[in-house]
Amino acid sequence: MHDRVILRVGAKILIPFILLFALYVQFHGDFGPGGGFQAGVIFAAGFILYALVYGLGTAKRALPPTAVYVCSALGVLIYAGVGYLTLALGGDFLAYNVLAHDPEHGQELGILLVELGVLVTVFGSMVAIFYAFAGRRKVQA
Amino acid sequence: MVEAVDVALLLLLCVAALTIIRQQNLFAAVMLAGIYSLLSAGLFVVMDAVDVAFTEAAVGAGISTVLMLGTLALVGHQERKPKHRPILPLLVVVITGGVLVYGTLDMPPFGDPANPIHHHVAPHYLEESEHEIGIPNVVTSVLASYRGYDTMGETTVVFAAVVGVLLLLARGPRPRRVLVNGSWTTVAREEDAPELEGDDA
Repeated sequence: MHDRVILRVGAKILIPFILLFALYVQFHGDFGPGGGFQAGVIFAAGFILYALVYGLGTAKRALPPTAVYVCSALGVLIYAGVGYLTLALGGDFLAYNVLAHDPEHGQELGILLVELGVLVTVFGSMVAIFYAFAGRRKVQA
Repeated sequence: MVEAVDVALLLLLCVAALTIIRQQNLFAAVMLAGIYSLLSAGLFVVMDAVDVAFTEAAVGAGISTVLMLGTLALVGHQERKPKHRPILPLLVVVITGGVLVYGTLDMPPFGDPANPIHHHVAPHYLEESEHEIGIPNVVTSVLASYRGYDTMGETTVVFAAVVGVLLLLARGPRPRRVLVNGSWTTVAREEDAPELEGDDA
């Protein structure tokens, strides 16, 4: 799709807003619909749009597959890490009250961190699956 | 008024589903599947499940459609004519569907405050999460805090899905050691698997 000027320009205008909207969904999840899952998918969708319009090679230069694989594992580690952190601080696994002096602040911090973990894993996973599908050539019948 | 919206959405869902079944062109079928997801998302909004609707719209109508199109790029756009008449599968599906519909007859009416689900932990979440968790969206409180274990499991499932897809579809970037004429030699990935790794989508 390298020669489609309207697509290229349109995507270039859209992508920053899609990524920004994903961050809004992520950080507004405490107040309205949204959260890590949705934000991760939207963020990945913005990046996949980039890959579709500008080519897989360009996308892989911007975000190497290794980084994507690391992302999808890192999110789970962040999530579980918060659990172990609360254990180390003397609470139950994933009981966020101990993360700050005020239990409510601890809860907010804990939710922020685990949602970040979900975002990172979902983003990495979606892009990794897209890379895996798009990286294959058509089977010769 | 809400009933009219429900009926319209459900009718459109049926039309989309039947068209997908009849459709021989897989490209059109994938697009219709995306529309089906979007209609379901609309249905979830009508049922006040905005978080679920959001996920359905983003995953079902967005990413799934892209992945399906990616698959179509590999396997072609036209469905092959089936070689046999699928009478037995049809029978199995009809019976299973009938049993499922029969099962829904025992379900409590939708939205009834006397339903068991509204008398277990839900009142506690709705009344106490403001003080216990301190954030306004109860869905996020339940998802990330009260049911934090479950969400960690879900995140792990997403990760496991990636591991599965990568094992099946992507060969590792590492060069391989192969046995050639009795001696081990290192083979680069491109030579080893020339059918893989397009530089362009």
